Amino acid sequence: MSAAALAPAAPDRDAPPSAATRRAYGLLPALALLIAWEASSRFALVDPKILPSLAAVLQRAVTELSEGRLLGDIGASLARDLVGFALGSALGVPLGLALGLSRTLDRVIGPTFNAVKQIAIFAWIPLLSVWFGVGEEAKIAFIALAAFTPAVVNAWNGARAVPPKLAEVAEVLTLNRWRRLVTLTLPAALPSIFIGLHLGLIQSWLATVGAEYFMTVGPGIGGLMTEGREHFHMDLVFLGVLLLGLIGLALNLAATRLEARALRWRSR
Amino acid sequence: MTNLDLGRAAFHSAVARDPSAAVGPRRWPPRLAAVAERLRGGVTAAAAVPLAFPTLLLGLWILSARLGWLPAQILPDPALVAATVAEFVETGDLWFHTGVSLLRVIEGFALGAALGLGLGVAMGLSDRARWIIEPSFTAIAQVPPLGWIPLLMLLVGIDEALKVLIIAKAALIPVALNTHKGIRNVPAAWREVGAALTFGPWLTLTRIVLPASVPTVFTGIRNGLTNAWLALVAVELLASSEGLGYLMVWGRQLFQLDLVILAMIVVGLVGFALDWSLGRVERRLQRWELAGS
Repeated sequence: MSAAALAPAAPDRDAPPSAATRRAYGLLPALALLIAWEASSRFALVDPKILPSLAAVLQRAVTELSEGRLLGDIGASLARDLVGFALGSALGVPLGLALGLSRTLDRVIGPTFNAVKQIAIFAWIPLLSVWFGVGEEAKIAFIALAAFTPAVVNAWNGARAVPPKLAEVAEVLTLNRWRRLVTLTLPAALPSIFIGLHLGLIQSWLATVGAEYFMTVGPGIGGLMTEGREHFHMDLVFLGVLLLGLIGLALNLAATRLEARALRWRSR
Repeated sequence: MTNLDLGRAAFHSAVARDPSAAVGPRRWPPRLAAVAERLRGGVTAAAAVPLAFPTLLLGLWILSARLGWLPAQILPDPALVAATVAEFVETGDLWFHTGVSLLRVIEGFALGAALGLGLGVAMGLSDRARWIIEPSFTAIAQVPPLGWIPLLMLLVGIDEALKVLIIAKAALIPVALNTHKGIRNVPAAWREVGAALTFGPWLTLTRIVLPASVPTVFTGIRNGLTNAWLALVAVELLASSEGLGYLMVWGRQLFQLDLVILAMIVVGLVGFALDWSLGRVERRLQRWELAGS
């Protein structure tokens, strides 16, 4: 949310401060948290087993990195996430487009899809783990399902909302089905499809975390945190939370960038 | 079974309708015919077409159970699922577990929505508050709600507090974001009217800013509740001794997939009911906003 785009609300009394001042304000809670954290571990206000010192977390990150395990865990989680995401989107986008293009499909499958969609995603875990066993397949199926739903919904909306004027042009040009799909429907639906893929990426990261907690323990950040919790290694748990946030942020940023790039031709 | 027959009957009537529709109503006065056509087409087709696909799936499911295509541990007989549903309704277990889950959601959602509203109002009204809160808020929002589970588990244990906190966090983010946005987007001209009427800060807040931002805030509340329900299922899968998530875990451990499917159906229905009812309120509010502006 860019500050410039938003009209200032109730103006604070002082003159508008510089960007640096603003950033400094933003650091206040983080600073307060860090001081409280450091103070409580230094003066042993809280059991260090529950609240490890900042130094301990950093040190843990360094040792895990140098032993090479951390990178392996990050890689395992990311690979799982991306495979599931790719699978879910590859199935979801075509289905969404088909639903948007064919009124018959829309009426026959649409209501069923909308009903099944209501089931909260995590409720699929028990069923999927019975169906796909305890290995990697169940996790990937679950992640794919998480990416599938937003991909379908948004491709569906995009294909349905082709501007009528453009549809008339296609009519006049007597484009056949295939040309119509490639030259009209797909470009018109693209922004919506990207929104679906972006949402799917966020959802599949959430699902990756869920799969690593609730299904069998394996390599991955979820496994790292579970291990940390079981052995009461709080530094490992803190490290895991930090990594989850950073990777989520990175995926989100990458998706925003790619989306803007892929849609640049539209604004020309 | 009755469901299947109903769907089939409706499907056949829809198929049979086409030729008769071309001949029959034509003898009626044109206006009446149009009404009749609309009624027939509207009611039967609208009911039959969406039911055809689930009916087909159910038919396949029944067939596969009867012919033993898949082992019962993978896909239980639909009759067994129906019997389990009936049993759970009769003994009251269904209401008990659903009630437990709903109560948890309400507790967590109330906590998260209250905090989210507070944060959103602060960020919307004061630039300084926004500069202080927003970066940390964004950072916290980046970690999926589930990511906090191991951390919170060690801090507050594995009991009720953990569940309520995770649900609250899931609800907090959209509520705070939308409240912030709603307040920021109140037209400046409206505030100027307030200033012309010499409203103090309190009157400006209660008479102008809050009413004007209600529809956006409510969208946040609706999304927050959806998120809260999602988080509830997750935390109940993790550790609980009652509730819908517990039913699923239990059913899976006993390889009673009928129980798992029963819980999934209820999760879907409750999620739908929550979202649907708030969606209605939301549309009302948006109409009210249009009428007001």
